[in-house]
Amino acid sequence: MTSLTTITSTVTASFLGSFVEVVEAFTIVLAVGLSRSWRPAFTGTAVALIVLAALVALFGPLLTLIPLHALQFAVGVLLMLFGLRWLRKAILRAAGFIALHDEAKAFAEETELLKRQAADRRADYLAGLAAFKAVLLEGVEVVFIVIAVGAGHGMTLYASFGALAALIAVLAIGLAVHRPLARVPENALKFVVGLMLTSFGVFWIGEGLDAEWPGADLSILGILAVLAVASFVMVRWLRGGALPAGRTAE
Amino acid sequence: MSTLRAIIAELFSLFIDDGALALLVTLLIGLVAAAVKLAVLPPLVGAMLLLAGAIVILADSLRRAANKRRG
Repeated sequence: MTSLTTITSTVTASFLGSFVEVVEAFTIVLAVGLSRSWRPAFTGTAVALIVLAALVALFGPLLTLIPLHALQFAVGVLLMLFGLRWLRKAILRAAGFIALHDEAKAFAEETELLKRQAADRRADYLAGLAAFKAVLLEGVEVVFIVIAVGAGHGMTLYASFGALAALIAVLAIGLAVHRPLARVPENALKFVVGLMLTSFGVFWIGEGLDAEWPGADLSILGILAVLAVASFVMVRWLRGGALPAGRTAE
Repeated sequence: MSTLRAIIAELFSLFIDDGALALLVTLLIGLVAAAVKLAVLPPLVGAMLLLAGAIVILADSLRRAANKRRG
């Protein structure tokens, strides 16, 4: 079933989830490019993208071999685990129990590490490796998000468009400002993505169990609303408890 | 090799942060799926229970995390 609701929610979840991951990878690549040189930054990025493409080419076709209901159920389970993990962290951050992710700090730490390695004769290799690892690790998450939000309804292409749009947006903003995207409201994005992925997860598991959702795909919005209300109640509940002064670091 | 280890660790950490939360959610899904397959529960009721159970498990995980950080 392909409805506007499904397409919109698929593209949005993929875009927002991928945006967060691409921002994190961009920070490291930028640190490599600015503190060492652009050659290892681009080389590491290119090799990581080739490895990612190979992984998708290798494992992508396997998905077509899995019966749809089993695929929806399996994807639903992974989405629930993935989404609840993001949601839990976003709630703890929103309530002030753990520190917000700081791209400027991540950039400074990576730059400092690269400076310490500058005297090493393998400095270019180590810088390229840092870019490779960042792009590969964040890229694996993007690939998972695309497959997870798209595969259940044969919408991997729409989900890919969302991820591609996120990549273009981050690169465009990053090239314009030429510094880490520290002002991106990452926790708000993670909160929304956590809600969306968990909602998709519950929906897909229900589909995998042959549940007749009222309103069909529209019920994703209902699940999202219930989860959102519950999550905001949890944030208020946690904020209501006594938080030790200055306790924000993880 | 360390890169490969980092990738595997990252893949693992995609799904598991709080082990108890992951375990309880997996158990909940297994119980609901079994109850639906054995025709003990209608599929839609099973799905609703899954949503409610996930919220309860998340709240419990947050409570534990908050208590731990409060010391």
